[in-house]
Amino acid sequence: MAHVIFTSHLKHVAPGEAVTGTGATVGDVLADVFSRHSALRGYILDDQDRLRVHVAIFVDGVHVRRNALSHPMTPHSELHVLQALSGG
Amino acid sequence: MADQERLYVSTRKGLLTYVRDSSGWKLADMAHRGSPVSMTLPSRDGRTVLAALNLGHFGVKLHRTEDGGKTWTELQPPRYPKVETAEAADDKAPSVSAIWSMTWGGPKGHVWCGTTPGGLFHSRDNGDTWRLVDSLWNHPERQRWFGGGTVEPALHSIAVDPRDHKRVAVAVSCGGVWRTFDGGESWSIGSNGMWAEYMPPDMQGDPVTQDPHMVVQSPSSPDVFWCQHHNGIFHCTDDLANWHQVKDVPVSSFGFAVAVHPRDANTAWFVPADRDQTRVPVEEKIAVTRTRDGGKSFEVFRDGLPQENAFDLIYRHGLTVDDTGMRLAMGSSTGSLWASENGGEAWSLVSAHLPAIYAVRFASSL
Repeated sequence: MAHVIFTSHLKHVAPGEAVTGTGATVGDVLADVFSRHSALRGYILDDQDRLRVHVAIFVDGVHVRRNALSHPMTPHSELHVLQALSGG
Repeated sequence: MADQERLYVSTRKGLLTYVRDSSGWKLADMAHRGSPVSMTLPSRDGRTVLAALNLGHFGVKLHRTEDGGKTWTELQPPRYPKVETAEAADDKAPSVSAIWSMTWGGPKGHVWCGTTPGGLFHSRDNGDTWRLVDSLWNHPERQRWFGGGTVEPALHSIAVDPRDHKRVAVAVSCGGVWRTFDGGESWSIGSNGMWAEYMPPDMQGDPVTQDPHMVVQSPSSPDVFWCQHHNGIFHCTDDLANWHQVKDVPVSSFGFAVAVHPRDANTAWFVPADRDQTRVPVEEKIAVTRTRDGGKSFEVFRDGLPQENAFDLIYRHGLTVDDTGMRLAMGSSTGSLWASENGGEAWSLVSAHLPAIYAVRFASSL
């Protein structure tokens, strides 16, 4: 089970502590988390389920800049979902 | 008629609510502190308010209060249907990037909502659920719309005919004016007579490529519409059959905002600015213009407004008039808020230190 940590900016809709999610990719793990925290979905993904432009994804210490939702995850991965500073 | 002594101000850093007392307008409440509020729709009694947020990182959000702002509930905002084709991952598949307009739609709880990239949405339940108006989104002419001031087309004006709520007009930058007579089942163009100086000469009269910055419909004579267009003021007296450009406009024919008098279709207000290359007040002096004879002549008002070194622009939703036609408010791109109690002839500064103001709207006192 991967660990997922959301920025504190999302504390009103996100779990306050790290949560776990299963899946082979970032998108799969997030979908698993959204199934339990549905309000989060629209904050991270747009109407077409694309990652919002100014949301930053870090997996195991690497800033995933391209095709982040398809980036592979392992059961031990740590996923940080943060606000990209490009968004102000 | 209840006094409209409550003013909702949508700003870059939150929703500010002003209340008027004997000494003037006072800040009474601040909601969504720090978040850009692109549009606010209060009910006439000011208790139910829809507030559209446009969060820099996390997208468009919609909140509603039913107790005048004491408590807010987050709603599901309008969303474009998922494109379930090979193009689904295409960056051009639509996603709401801003809510630019919201208007009550006739029957209780009905709301129209205009967005970038150019979609119109409808709710029958005070914003709890939304549906995209497919008939306009799928109209073949929509493919010719383009952005004006925004990358994507923006549907910013919605006018619901007070005689029949199924007759609705919308305006798009840049896509002209569109009209439905059947509650959104079908649409026809309503910007004949406008012209666009930014188009090649033989395309300037194309009604589909017009940039009507703001369109308002007269509540008292609904066949009459006013438009502050990208390159002029246009007037229509025949229910969107034809528009006519108003000639000899003082100060400048460029601007964004227009407001029409609630009981006199011949009276309308504008806030001119230097033309599109610069977009600052003419000579850095702020003026409000008013016509009372259907555009034949204008008065220019400057009393109470800065007359030097002012860079305030009044955007399209930044000017509003109350039910009497005497009380007006306007908010600027640089965070100044003014109010008038005499039909715009004189203005008093409410604050010069607010965030950028996107929209101002009156409601009755609670």
